[in-house]
Amino acid sequence: MTQKRIVGPHVAQKAGKEVSLSRLCRDGPTARLLINARFCIWRLAVVIGHQHAYPALNPLPSSTFVDTRRLRLDLALHLLEQAGATLPATEPGSEPWLQSILDALCDLSSKDGMTGLLNRRSFEMALAREADRAARSGESALLLLLDVDHFKSVNDTHGHAAGDEVIKAVALTLAHVVRPMDTVARVGGEEFAVILPNCGSSYGTAVAERIRNSISTMRIAVSPGKHISITVSVGGAFAPEWVRSSPLLWMERSDRQLYRAKAEGRNRACMEPQLEALVTAEEKGMLFAMSLQDLPQESE
Amino acid sequence: MTTTPGSAAAPAGRALARTLAVTSGKGGVGKTFVTANLAAALAARGYKVLVLDADLGLANLDVVLNLYPKLTLPAVSTERCTLEQAILPAPGGFSVLLAGSGMVEYSRLTPEVRDKLLHILDVVKPMFDWVLLDTGAGISDVVLYAISLAREVMVIATPEPTSLTDAYATIKVLATQQQRRHVGLLVNQSNRVGEGRLICGQLQQVLQRFVSNGGGSPGEPFRLELLGEVRADVAVRQAVLKRQLLLENYPGSEAAQAVRALASRLIGPDGR
Repeated sequence: MTQKRIVGPHVAQKAGKEVSLSRLCRDGPTARLLINARFCIWRLAVVIGHQHAYPALNPLPSSTFVDTRRLRLDLALHLLEQAGATLPATEPGSEPWLQSILDALCDLSSKDGMTGLLNRRSFEMALAREADRAARSGESALLLLLDVDHFKSVNDTHGHAAGDEVIKAVALTLAHVVRPMDTVARVGGEEFAVILPNCGSSYGTAVAERIRNSISTMRIAVSPGKHISITVSVGGAFAPEWVRSSPLLWMERSDRQLYRAKAEGRNRACMEPQLEALVTAEEKGMLFAMSLQDLPQESE
Repeated sequence: MTTTPGSAAAPAGRALARTLAVTSGKGGVGKTFVTANLAAALAARGYKVLVLDADLGLANLDVVLNLYPKLTLPAVSTERCTLEQAILPAPGGFSVLLAGSGMVEYSRLTPEVRDKLLHILDVVKPMFDWVLLDTGAGISDVVLYAISLAREVMVIATPEPTSLTDAYATIKVLATQQQRRHVGLLVNQSNRVGEGRLICGQLQQVLQRFVSNGGGSPGEPFRLELLGEVRADVAVRQAVLKRQLLLENYPGSEAAQAVRALASRLIGPDGR
């Protein structure tokens, strides 16, 4: 349903004469919308003038009226080839062939090219889903944000190729060190996120530390015979259970902990404090410093 | 005593009730006492009011009101009576839904407790103008969940340092975890006029420094609104000891006037 809502207006805006699949692919924001392949085929049919064959929002009939020979797929195929996607050896132009191209494009637009992890967009969708699930099921879910420490100096000292190797190595370790059910994403240049569903609140620190530790013990080959080590800072917060909140807020809470980890000297994991220890000494100080000053004056 | 339901002040038609969670960081600050008397004040203005005992673990609304009914929430859950039957008239012209004792097993938020609370609210919202949720003290998951069911929140604090700290913690959790942009504050047992304003100002300043900057959308700053101030009053202690409503027994007392002012403030100028 959401997919339809997303795809509808954007592609409809483009429903001029010259829209081709390759054009859609070149246009990043549009390419990401190619999520529901069947729906997209219908939209394409609208674009190339077969809209009368399909009633709006109706699932496609088993036979398609799209003449794939008339689609300009050269750029799409080129993109997929470049990304190393393997298309099945079905007959070019057939429906399964077109389907596999669309699937491969969807895959391409949801993943980060360098690491193969989910990209920011897919991560945000996954996070919204998980926040909703935690609110409805009451299961605790943890969001960890990781940032490579002093990444700029890696680039400056060893070159950008070395920086890329570091990013790939971190991604690989992250993907191996968490459970298969967890979601790992690259959400920024040297920033990663892990969503851990069904992770008890008492395990938060242990998980974050395990991740941080396994990354700091990596030896990354940046050039032949040259290895470097890096560290990461980690911030984490749990989704509020049973309580409706927003993924944005959850992200901000984790981000605040990441910021704290950086401020406290990097190469560490900071978790949002449990509710009991919520009021810091600093806050208490401010709360009562004022009351001590103000109260006697007021009572005059 | 009270005007009959459906009199001039009551809104025509039956829209969904306004839901207000009454909570406090610390126990023993007069949360239930204020809730019961606020309900009486709202009822006196012609509204149909229900006080829902959402303090499932340690209910004491029955103690404050001197009511010991057989029909309480456990009776509903064991199907000995319907939810409507368990809604009882209380002195003061409002209705109560009591948790009774024996709900201690519900002090932990399980899916059953959650569904029960949700279901109760769904049933009572069309029946009343106001539903006041008397939640437990503290920031346990049950309390936070009960608060999340209400559109509006009122935190009760006294000028005592421990109460202030706990109230601050509660407000902070509500702002950061529930995306609340507005929380009401009632200062109870204040020692002199103006102390409520002072306390609210203090809390607001600390919140601004530690909460507003970090969380929420930048366009909408967090706002703590002082809803009222109830002075420490001998009448209050006497009403509590007699287990009677302040508004009925000491209607002219300063505290009773403050509770009525609180009701007016909540009702607002438009009447709803």
